[in-house]
Amino acid sequence: MMFKRIVGTLVAGALAAVFTVSTATAYELVMPSLDYRTGPYAPNGIPFANGYHDYLMMLNGRDGGIEGVPIKLVQCETAYNTKQGVECYEKVKDTAPSRSLIVQPLSTGITYQIIPKASVDEIPVHSMGYGRTSAANGKVFPWIFNFPATYWDQAAVFVKYIGEREGGMENLKGKKIALVYHNSAYGKEPIRTLEKAAEKFGFEFMPLAVDHPGQEQKATWLQIRKEKPDWVMMWGWGVMNQVAIKEAASIRYPMDHFLGVWWSGSENDVLPAGDGADGYLSGAFHAPGDTFPVHDDIKKHVYDTDKALGERDRIGEVLYNRGLIAAVYATEAIRNAMKIHNTKEVTPTMVRDGMEALDLTEDRLKELGLPDFTIPVKVTCDNHAGPRKVAIQRWDAKAKKWSMITDFYDTMNDIVDPLIEEDSSAYAKENNITPRDC
Amino acid sequence: MNPELLFFFETVIGGLMAGVMYSLVALGFVLIFKASGIFNFAQGVMCLFAALALYDFMAPGGWVDRWFGFTFPVWAAIALTIVVMIILAWLIERFVLQYLVKQEPIILFMATIGLAYVLEGIGDILFGSDVKPLDVGIPQGASDWLWDNFNLYIEKLEIFAAATAAVLVTVLAIFFQRTRIGRALRAVADDHQAALSVGISLRTIWVIVWSVSGIVALVAGIMWGSKSGVQFSLSLIALKALPVLILGGFTSVPGAIVGGLIIGVGEKLAEVYFGPYVGGAIENWFAYMLALVFLLFRPQGLFGERIIERV
Repeated sequence: MMFKRIVGTLVAGALAAVFTVSTATAYELVMPSLDYRTGPYAPNGIPFANGYHDYLMMLNGRDGGIEGVPIKLVQCETAYNTKQGVECYEKVKDTAPSRSLIVQPLSTGITYQIIPKASVDEIPVHSMGYGRTSAANGKVFPWIFNFPATYWDQAAVFVKYIGEREGGMENLKGKKIALVYHNSAYGKEPIRTLEKAAEKFGFEFMPLAVDHPGQEQKATWLQIRKEKPDWVMMWGWGVMNQVAIKEAASIRYPMDHFLGVWWSGSENDVLPAGDGADGYLSGAFHAPGDTFPVHDDIKKHVYDTDKALGERDRIGEVLYNRGLIAAVYATEAIRNAMKIHNTKEVTPTMVRDGMEALDLTEDRLKELGLPDFTIPVKVTCDNHAGPRKVAIQRWDAKAKKWSMITDFYDTMNDIVDPLIEEDSSAYAKENNITPRDC
Repeated sequence: MNPELLFFFETVIGGLMAGVMYSLVALGFVLIFKASGIFNFAQGVMCLFAALALYDFMAPGGWVDRWFGFTFPVWAAIALTIVVMIILAWLIERFVLQYLVKQEPIILFMATIGLAYVLEGIGDILFGSDVKPLDVGIPQGASDWLWDNFNLYIEKLEIFAAATAAVLVTVLAIFFQRTRIGRALRAVADDHQAALSVGISLRTIWVIVWSVSGIVALVAGIMWGSKSGVQFSLSLIALKALPVLILGGFTSVPGAIVGGLIIGVGEKLAEVYFGPYVGGAIENWFAYMLALVFLLFRPQGLFGERIIERV
């Protein structure tokens, strides 16, 4: 009996040792995905999550992961709820073996909450085109990235675009520009920039808040009908976008003077309004459509092998492509980290270095199967917002297609940079942060 | 007309129309509460579920299309959705309510919370979470005639919803007052025990009342779905119905209508005239505040039954 017990213990010990060795050698790159596939914002969360998922699965299928190291995608449902999002972050951050290499919160509210946590946990956060704008200052926010552009850049570009359409920035004087915004941290982000721009160019700024979820906006659009702003911008999300576009069409507001943030410019937002949405404009930092070589690889390695979570005919939708480019940025940062630290077993700290050395050139985008998909991105120690350029896209209701109608505009540094400096300095002071030397 | 006065009228009419949309949701709550004393937390999700089912019967790419290769015309899709809502009512009674007959109202309320989550989950699995543009032929956009002749902006959809609500209330009134089942429903609402003692089957009545409530949910789902597309945020319209119920009373059909109109006008006027002074987006909480003020003076709501408890 005693002999059996000893043998049993030895066998169990040997198995445990073998198991430990095998897991130690099978290193995986943990990439969490804070999704929202349920709740009122699911129609927007699903295509983004699918794009993110599909690109990572394609790399696993085609290349065995990044540089041959498999990716372990860890999904967690936030329902676009800040509390749930923070719980997700806590749940996934220490996932073995690598810990979370990079976190994409996909919500400005969640981003604000995890900024202090991630900085302590030393996990890079990429709030791609959302989140706290002043995180662009890498000296104060070493762990937070928001490239390729911030909300403040986008607001500045919208003013620039409107100025161009009006025949020159000087013609903005006396104009009235309304902002219909989601009454949340996200929706309020562009207000200060637009106030500053209003001071500088002499237009009247008219902010109009819409409460979550935005199913009923009659009062807002009655005010727009009464005040007759020359232009309307929108910082909306979810059902708020669809209702706003329908209401705008109902009050016969000209769609070519209605300009949404890039989170208000997907197929979901315009289709319910039918022909009424024709000509609606939105910001963009990447192309729509599934005509890029990377999409062919995704179809071959993910959809043909039944690893997809979404539907094949939805590949290439605006939010799908946004999830895809988020995954491209993250995986390229990991690849960079491997090169910089000369190891394939990278950690979140190394990936932060990879993010800060990100230099996604046109040639590299071409190699990745994304020629002319987006602009090159270069991130540095002090500039975590990258190129800060924004283009405009337009909806064609008959063809049911988005198309880019402008080149990429530069931000207005004279307006946005001082605001970033002011806000990041205030954050540093409040949190006793000594800015890094970059 | 003076532009300011015109704008005031537009706001009031817009508020009345929005109020009708809230009333359509509130009616479903009232029917179930009146007959069984249950506050049905799942009413908003029932609106969503009905709209999802309707869309799937008539839209290309839905279940019916994928399985059988055809879709139903609108009238048939509506009829089939009514059948779905009746089956749902039967299932709810069979698997949830019958086990909770003698429980406290709070237990039944908790059960409906669970039901809401289950229905939402089933809806997600069966129909997907995409935004579904619903077109059952209801006219959309501003009324051209009012716009051209009076420079008034009123949505055709909301005029249609108001007319539908009027028809619905009339049909419900006839159903409750003139039919045998309606009288049985009122008997159960007045006194469960007495109704049981004269041979009225509580289980049958519950199936009927949940079915009627499901049909009302379908009507609300069609109106809201036509407005914003069918999507999961539809379930949150229940939150818009709550102040209507507080104000109008949980047991009164006319109360749901009048309450909806007062809430609709009140919140729109508040948003337009007071909102700009306090940063805007006040209509959601203002509706509750308005309802609470009424509550201070009439705890049973405007048309609710007076609560008399003898100790």
